[in-house]
Parts: sequence; structure tokens; C-alpha cells
Amino acid sequence: MNAVDKKGNLSRRGFLHVTALAGGGMLLGARFPLDGARGAFAATADAETALNAFIRLTPDGIATIMAQNPEIGQGVKTMLPMLIAEELDIPWSQVRVEQADFDASKYRGQMAGGSMATPMHYQSMRRVGAAARAMLVAAAAKEWKTKPEKCTTEAGAVHFKNKSLSYGELASAAAEIEPPNPRTVPLKDAKDFRIIGQEIPGVDNPEIVTGEPLFGIDVTVPGMKYAVFEKCRVHGGKVKSANLDAVKASPGVTDAFVVDSTAEAGSAAPAPSMFQVGLPNGIAIVGDSWWLINEARSKLEVTWDEGPAASQSTAAFDRQAEELSKQAPEQDLRNDGDAAGALASAAKTLEAAYQYPFLAHAPLEPQNTTAHFHDGGLEMWAPIQTPQFARGDLAKALGIPEDQITIHLTRMGGGFGRRLYWDYMLEAALIARQAEVPVKLVWNREDDTRFDYFRPGGYHYLQGGLDEAGKLTAWRDHFVSFGEGRRFAASAEMMPNEFPQGFVPNFALQASKMPLGIPTGALRAPTSNAISFVVQSFIDELAAEAGKDPLQFRLDLLDAAPAGTRTAFDPKRMKAVLELVREKSGWGKVDLPEGTAQGVAFHFSHRGYFAEVVQATVSKEGELGVDRIWVAGDVGRQLVNPSNAVNQVQGAALDGLGQALDQEITFDGGRTNESNFHNFKLLRIDQAPPVEVHWVMSDNQPTGLGEPALPPVPPALCNAIFAVTGKRIRSLPISKHDLSWA
Amino acid sequence: MAIAFTLNGKSTTVDAPPEMPLLWVLRDELDLKGTKFGCGRSFCGACTVHVDGEPERSCRMPVSRAEGKEITTIEGLSEDGAHPVQLAWQEIDVPQCGYCQAGQIMSASALLSSNPAPTDGDIDEAMSGNICRCATYNRIRAAIHRAADIAQAPSATSHETATGAGGSEA
Repeated sequence: MNAVDKKGNLSRRGFLHVTALAGGGMLLGARFPLDGARGAFAATADAETALNAFIRLTPDGIATIMAQNPEIGQGVKTMLPMLIAEELDIPWSQVRVEQADFDASKYRGQMAGGSMATPMHYQSMRRVGAAARAMLVAAAAKEWKTKPEKCTTEAGAVHFKNKSLSYGELASAAAEIEPPNPRTVPLKDAKDFRIIGQEIPGVDNPEIVTGEPLFGIDVTVPGMKYAVFEKCRVHGGKVKSANLDAVKASPGVTDAFVVDSTAEAGSAAPAPSMFQVGLPNGIAIVGDSWWLINEARSKLEVTWDEGPAASQSTAAFDRQAEELSKQAPEQDLRNDGDAAGALASAAKTLEAAYQYPFLAHAPLEPQNTTAHFHDGGLEMWAPIQTPQFARGDLAKALGIPEDQITIHLTRMGGGFGRRLYWDYMLEAALIARQAEVPVKLVWNREDDTRFDYFRPGGYHYLQGGLDEAGKLTAWRDHFVSFGEGRRFAASAEMMPNEFPQGFVPNFALQASKMPLGIPTGALRAPTSNAISFVVQSFIDELAAEAGKDPLQFRLDLLDAAPAGTRTAFDPKRMKAVLELVREKSGWGKVDLPEGTAQGVAFHFSHRGYFAEVVQATVSKEGELGVDRIWVAGDVGRQLVNPSNAVNQVQGAALDGLGQALDQEITFDGGRTNESNFHNFKLLRIDQAPPVEVHWVMSDNQPTGLGEPALPPVPPALCNAIFAVTGKRIRSLPISKHDLSWA
Repeated sequence: MAIAFTLNGKSTTVDAPPEMPLLWVLRDELDLKGTKFGCGRSFCGACTVHVDGEPERSCRMPVSRAEGKEITTIEGLSEDGAHPVQLAWQEIDVPQCGYCQAGQIMSASALLSSNPAPTDGDIDEAMSGNICRCATYNRIRAAIHRAADIAQAPSATSHETATGAGGSEA
């Protein structure tokens, strides 16, 4: 996945994305061949000319640009076409954007995850636009019998002396031009950008505000039936028997059956992949009205084989973690210096136990997929962040070739990592095959909350040592997490170089694991969304113990890595955002009323540097209000779309706030206890403070913004609460704590 | 059972079980997909429509209660997408994923009908039933204020707050 090397340059693999993208074009009639062969370009019947897999031009000068990546609300459907349009040198008003289907023969990296779209495609998409522009220029130069170097482009037209030809006029001739090598085609200097760096509203906004059908849940296919899928409430449980006949007699129900893919898949079971999903087992109800078939679920009487997860509960995890904390850790993840020795000889030591809960993703659009088997293949409309992985696993599980599966990418009502997993797609496909009709599977909110790939909870038993001057000399973290053997459960791992590794001479990170029968996965800023709370809260404790200002203590710590130390991130960039947020928040300078205080935290993730201050007010009775959040971020030298950049950062910060305030998923008997928004509480507008966003424009490659602004908020808030109340919040959510003070 | 009501200005009759929520009648019987399913229990507001001008959660409203009522959905809020709230939402570039925004817009337009110049406190109170999972709340507030301005000076189509969308606004 990593197309950017340590210096932030596109690696050879990064260029391969372009190569392959271009090579992919060859499969479509040599539209964009790398080998320089003259392409079979011709104006299509409807007078559109395809310059490559991304760009179609019509004689009226309108460029239709394909948006290749899945849109989950991160703004990529607007952002990637902006990059192409910039180098094509066409006004944004002459651009139309269409969502591409999943097509590995044309596009590379069609995935929403890891805040990767900007670092992965910032250069390659510009090269697509630049190559098309070069072809238009060459066509004009040929017409005017001059050299392309003497021509210029502006506003969707090529100019030479007093002549000009619009792109629309040139499109057909350009299609006859030998395409340039996209690797060497020149790109604009940033000072000449006309689109990159502009506030461009989301391309789907007009449809969104008028209620056009854009989302997976809005798809309809002729002859389609609706489907619901009842699974065992115990994770991993299976159907033994059910009163299917009674359900079939319910109004609106046309069919009901057991889906047991474990029985049929046999050796064709999917090999473990990056985002592994289990094989579905449950009861499908199919019919003509989604509401009626969902109502029919209440008539189900099922005998379940609950399986081994039935013995698992949150309370048992808590007890087991506590016991493991008293034993020697299972494994060392990192050992620098002599943490035990340094703790023994430290002037001051601190110990604290931190924990955080499991969390659900809760995208507002419930999981759904429309699946239609026809002409020997499977056609799907799905909200999916990882269509390529999904198709591979679906092909294996269904026993059909990958190229017989078509996936149309729908706009998604949120992703947050939930739709990295395609369990609902596999369910829809199995149901459609068994029902022998096209079906739209739609989960209800209870399904969505209960059957998630949860952000795993975790436990950290920390020790820190300070010398007489209040400098951090030792750090030890016994991380009790989930997994078996050497393998952590998904997103339950921890990077061995997690801060403050490298900044403290004696550092030990050790882990023990508990087996888990409940699926886990990546939630926006995976691992960081939890680890930041632990690390940045304990650092605050150490700063208080040292008698230092918590922000200055952090700046000093960022200076503490000996020259030449390899650290997880560039301390200078982090110091710059900390200093900026200190200035913007008025840290230490503004007079705050009694009961109001600021807290600070920083975190590096997904190549982004973020330092944030949260100002909170706590009444003596313990009522908490969050007044304002200041964010300072560094994602390199260029924001592609500043409007969306601010929106993403505000949303990520408030997402972190919602998690910290009131979110947890708990289990009893292997079942998820929470079911809907009354007991899994998302942030509401009356809890949402203003979020001020400020940037450090450092001279580094532009990187992504979907995730890295989230992790600092929970610890910054907890640190502010401490500053008011003297109470340390060492477990989330905050709503479980009594914050009263006097 | 046949149930008759006015939908987006047009007389409409549907044949549906009386207890079927209006949401599913709109989405699956009448093919109006703009009104969204989020929770099914009135917790999230994605399904908000106007019933005789008042915001209602259509996921919990039996269609039988629509009999004789005037129902407005996001598709019928304006003829051309030019309701002040729809304009302001685009100008401020509110949406991220966009899934909740139809419900937000229906709640916001109902608020402005009864309170043409709401304060932040009024907005928080009127809009707290509408969850935005992407948490575009800062911009929802800004867009409601902007819509109030547009409604009061309909000829003003300036982009004076356009920079507010992307700046470091509070």
C-alpha cells in the first residue's frame, strides 16, 4: 500500500501505478499506451472522445473526468478529478465528474483507506491530465504547423500567437496523437495552479441537497426483491433449525431459507486476506417490501449453535487483563536501554492503568448490497471501500472467476473503516444465488451495530520515571490486547516505535494477549485512535508530576531524541504544530473562568502531524461542556481542496470527541449489548463546539486528511478535565466518570 | 388499504398496510429515495420530512397517519433545488458523505419557517435530533445562518460567505 518512501517521494512502486494505469488503458483499445503505439482513437458515436481511461471530451469543450476511488465522504470524488483538471488546464466549470466502476484493468488503487488517496495519487492523477493536455497541444501545433513548445494552454483552449482552438475542437485530432510517456510529461509549477488549492464544493452537492439516489441503499434493479439476514447474536454462531414455514407465511415474504456458506464452501473458503471476513451463516428472508420482511424477523424461532464466543464478555476481559498485568508479559515489542533499572533509580515514578472500550463504526447508511446473477456472472452495486479485495474473496467463496464479478461503486453514507470489510456483499451474493432473483440486502440499525468489525478495546499498564530535573528517563507499557500466539487481532496491535520511543533513553513496550471470538477491524485512524489517548494522557500525568506546563513538557520531550535517532516521525514538524496551536489557542495566556481549562495533545498518524487544544468547562456538580477545539496540522506543502480539508479535520476532531464522551460497545455471552443510537451514542450538534483549523505549510509531499486529526482529541479533552477537576480519566468513555469537584 | 395524502404538492394515493412507516412507503412504494433510513427508531433524523409543515420522523410514522395530510420530502422542498437552505448548503459546502443531509435540510427548513433568524442556541435545539455521523455540525450552523440571510434578501446571490467554507472558521 505504501507508494511513498521515507523522503515522501513517489517510489518505483508509485510510478508502477501510473505504468499499470496506462497499461490498463491498452486493454481498452490502446487508448493510452505506454509503448508509444499509435492508439486507436476515434470520436465515438455520441461525439465523445476518450483521451484515456479518465478523460472524455465532447465538442462543446466539456471534459468528463472519471473519479476512480470509492467516495465515503472523504471528498475524493472531487479531489482526484481536480488533480486531473489542473494539469489538463481546463476551467472547473467545464468539468463533469462521473464515478468509475471498479475496474482493475483501467485503474489502480481503487480503495478508500489509510488516508492514502492524496499521497498515492497526487502525482499520478496530475500526470493523467498533463498527458492529455500534451496531446491536445500537439494536435493544435500540427494544425498550425508549429512546434508544441510554442503553444500555450489556458481556459480549455490551446493558443499560439493570435490563434486559438478549444479543447472540444481539438478532441478528435488529439485522439490521433501519440500519447506521451506519463512518467516524463512535465507538470505545472505550484505557482501556476488554478484549481489545486481552490475551495471547490463537493461535486455531488447538487444531488445531495435535492435527494437524488446516490447511495447503495437507493439502488433498484428490475425484478429485484428485498432481503434481510438474521444472524446468531453470538458472534460466530450458526443456525441449527428454524421455523421457516411460519416466516414464509408472513405478509410480504416470498422466500426464507438458511444460508450456510461454511457447508458449501469447503475447500473454496477464502484464504486469509488483508481484511478477512468470515463466511456467512444465518437466515435469509426475501420479499417485496423491506419493511414487511424486516417485521417478519420477529416471527423467527431459531435454535442456534452459539459456538465458542458465547463465553466471552467485557467483564471477563477486564478481569483477565487485570490478571495478565500482574504476570510477566508474553512478548517484548521493543526494548531500548534498561527501563526496569531506570525506573528503580528514577527520582520520581508514576504508575497508571489505562483502558479503552470496543467501538462500532456506525456509518449512517446501514450495510447493503444489491446482487444480480445474470449471463453467467454476478453484478453488484455496493458501498465498499475495498472493491478489489472484496472481489477476490467473493470469487473464492462463490467459486466463480473474478472477471465474472462486476462491482459498481456507489456513494457511501460514511465508511470510517467499516466498509473495508465486505461481509454484507458476500451475504447478498449468497442470498441472490439461492433465491434465484436479484436482491437488495439491507441491514437494519441493530444488525449494523451488533455485527461490526469493532475497534478493539485494550489495556495499558504504564510506568514512567523522571529525573530530578523533571526529565523523562524511563517509560514502560505492558499492553494487554487481543489475539493468539504471536498474532494480534485485527487493529489490536501496537507499533513498536510508538511515541515516546526514541525520545526517552529507557523504553520498554511489552504485550500480552487474550483470545477473542469477536470480529475486530480498522476504525478511522486505527490503533492511533486508542493509543493516543493512553500515551498523551500519561505524558500529561508525567508533566504534572514534574511540575511543568504540559505543552512545554511536550516540546521539551520532542527535543529529547539524541541526534541521529530514528523516530517514528519528524520531531521538528510536530514541534511546529504544537507551537502553532499554543499561539492560536492562547495557551497559558488567556484568563479562563473557574471551572474552565485547556488540555493539549499531539499525535502523528497517516503521515499527518496534528496538535490540538480542547477547552472544556466542568461545573462543580460534574456537568461537562466542550467550549472549543483548536487544531494545528501539517500535511505538507499543498492542500488540494482547502474547503474539504477543513471539513475533514473538523469532522475528525468531533468524531474523536464523540468517541471520548459517550461511546462503548460491550459484550455479554458473546453478544453485543448495544443496538442503536440510544445506547451507542453519536455526537449531536448541541455537543459540538466550534473547531478552529490552522495549518503549517511545510515543504513536504501532500498527504491525507481523513484520519490524522482524530487521535489528539480524546486525550486533550481528558487533560482539560484534569486541569479543572484534578481527576484523571484513565478509562473511556468519559460519561462513566463522576466529574464533580469542589 | 388505500391512503390518500398530498405529496410534494400532488394528490397521491397508496395501497399499503396502514402500519407501514411513511419512510418505506416513500422509498419503496413511491420510489422517492431522498428520505433516508438510518435507525428506524426516530433517533437519527435521517428520515425527516414535513407533515403539514412540521418536521416529522417518517420512520416511526404509520402511513395511515398521513391520510389527508400535506407531506413534503427533500424532492419537493423546491422545484429547482433553489430553496435558501439548499443554496446555503452548497455555498458553505456542508456535506461530507451526504447521507444525513436530506434530513438535516428538512429540519433546518422547518426551523427557518418558524424562526427566520435563529441563534446558535436555537439551531442546536432544533437540530439536535439529526445526527451527522461525519460531524459537519460547524458548517450546518453556518449554513443555517446563511440560509436565513438568503431568505431575507433573496436577490443577494453573492458568495460573501464562500470563504467561510474553507477558512479556519469557528
